[in-house]
Amino acid sequence: MTGSLTQRQLRLVKQVCWTLSLCIVAVPFVFPFLWMISSGLKGPSEIFGRPSLIPTAFRWSNYLEVFSYQPFAAQYFNSLYIAVTVTVLTLFISSLAGYALARLRFAGAALVALFLVSALMVPEEVTIIPNFFLIRWLGLSDTHWPLILLPVFGPQGIVGTFLMRQYFLALPKELEEAGKMDGLSRFGVWWRIALPMSRPALAAVAIITFLNSWNLFLEPLIFISSLEKFTLPLALSNFTDPYGSPLWHLQLAATTLAVVPILIVYLIAQRQIIESFALSGVKG
Amino acid sequence: MTMKPATGVTVRGERAPWLTLKMREAIEAWLFISPTLAGFLIFFAGPLVAVVWYSLSEWNLLSQQATFVGLANYNDALFRNPDFWLVVRNSIVFAVGLVPLNMALALALALALSRRFRGVVFFRTVFFAPVVTSAVAWAIVWKFLLQGEAGFVNQLLAAIGIQGPNWLREPDWAMVAVIVTRVIKMVGLNMILYIAALQAIPRDYEAAARLEGASNWQIFRMIIWPLLGPTTLVIMVITTIGSFKVFDHIYLMTGGGPENGTLVLAFYIYQQGFQFFDVGYASALAMIMFVIVMGLTVVQLALRRRDT
Repeated sequence: MTGSLTQRQLRLVKQVCWTLSLCIVAVPFVFPFLWMISSGLKGPSEIFGRPSLIPTAFRWSNYLEVFSYQPFAAQYFNSLYIAVTVTVLTLFISSLAGYALARLRFAGAALVALFLVSALMVPEEVTIIPNFFLIRWLGLSDTHWPLILLPVFGPQGIVGTFLMRQYFLALPKELEEAGKMDGLSRFGVWWRIALPMSRPALAAVAIITFLNSWNLFLEPLIFISSLEKFTLPLALSNFTDPYGSPLWHLQLAATTLAVVPILIVYLIAQRQIIESFALSGVKG
Repeated sequence: MTMKPATGVTVRGERAPWLTLKMREAIEAWLFISPTLAGFLIFFAGPLVAVVWYSLSEWNLLSQQATFVGLANYNDALFRNPDFWLVVRNSIVFAVGLVPLNMALALALALALSRRFRGVVFFRTVFFAPVVTSAVAWAIVWKFLLQGEAGFVNQLLAAIGIQGPNWLREPDWAMVAVIVTRVIKMVGLNMILYIAALQAIPRDYEAAARLEGASNWQIFRMIIWPLLGPTTLVIMVITTIGSFKVFDHIYLMTGGGPENGTLVLAFYIYQQGFQFFDVGYASALAMIMFVIVMGLTVVQLALRRRDT
């Protein structure tokens, strides 16, 4: 009797130790977020004072200053509308191409697929210099166009194409054939039958595309020079005094504003988001 | 609309009689694929050809236009500019530091989190959270945590009697700092790939081995690790290529410094091309990066073929 109890206790102790050690490992994953939120509410003098997670006085005015220091609201909106645009365009274009690669027979299909895959292997740093001159030649420097065009037609769009292709291949053909019998055009079959059945794949592509655009840094850094056209990542790196030193209290408040909404969405939809990354990761 | 008999007469001009079904299908396919293909040609294939041409040209602030100079830029990189080999060394140190650390941690976390227990979803969510966070935000916060004396990490170390280094101001420590913070940022991705692979291993294998009296370590060594082989290979190559591409993280945490101690290839390309406007030289660097990444990919494919 007592023997079985200690057995049970032993298992409990084991479980507690296990959970505790995982908690310790989790600290460097979680603490930066907490410290970011906390420090964004501190004044410039307190920020490097005695460390405390709870600020002595909550300085909400940091959040007002963030918006007066630079056109942060406009920059926030830029990131949002660009990410939405990129996502919608990518969904449309990559699911069209993915559908053709999955369902339609045409000479050269294998070659096209091979070409597209090859683009996935080449880092964007390799092509960014010619793309810079291309965009300048098109007169699109310091506009949002390169931030839309390059991701949509870049590796991200191609990852989307192959994710969609993979999903279409697994769908039963019968419904689409029935649709064709009923007089739907090819486009109609794709739009009315194949796409509605592919919601999980579309969601996965949407999630990784949105986040990729939201976090894009190299392209804005190279192409955008006007403050009011900045996107969030660029804006965040720009909270500095005239000598270039960071204004930490503002920078961390702004970073909090940029990160927390994404984290909230992530916490709500974590299963779906993690699965989307798993899908696209395996492909790469 | 009533159906017409199949006389080949078009109803709305969409069914041209002289097109066979097969040709129709091909045309539709090309139409469907044309936006992606056009983008590929304009923003990838074209630039890839252009960068080869640029890399063979002298094109900088002094010579405002490109003039053909053959392999001079490659010669500069490989034999004349000492920075280049420093950059190669840094990139290798970065990769050699990051890849094993990332993979070991990812596997350990995956082993811990691949089975169900109370709180497993919580921990997975936590370890994956930095992956969805922007690299810029992550770098800013860690740069803040790693400030000299007043930074949180050093205050913490001071509390237990250790005087921490000025992390981002000393070349070696800066390298350690960017590697470790990058691992924490990205390890979640490899963790879920490993979890997926672990969950695909049938439970019977482990149960049978346990029945034979195998220890946990033996089960891992003899059953799980070999079955993870293909996943490990893929993860290794993705992570290595990723480590050669790292840019924003370095840009924000150290700016390539101190004393060029964290100047890695992707950052060097950016610096030469967009800060010093030495287009020819930067393009040669880009080509070298291209060759490295292609080499890694070919090695991966060769290894995978050998395995299967």
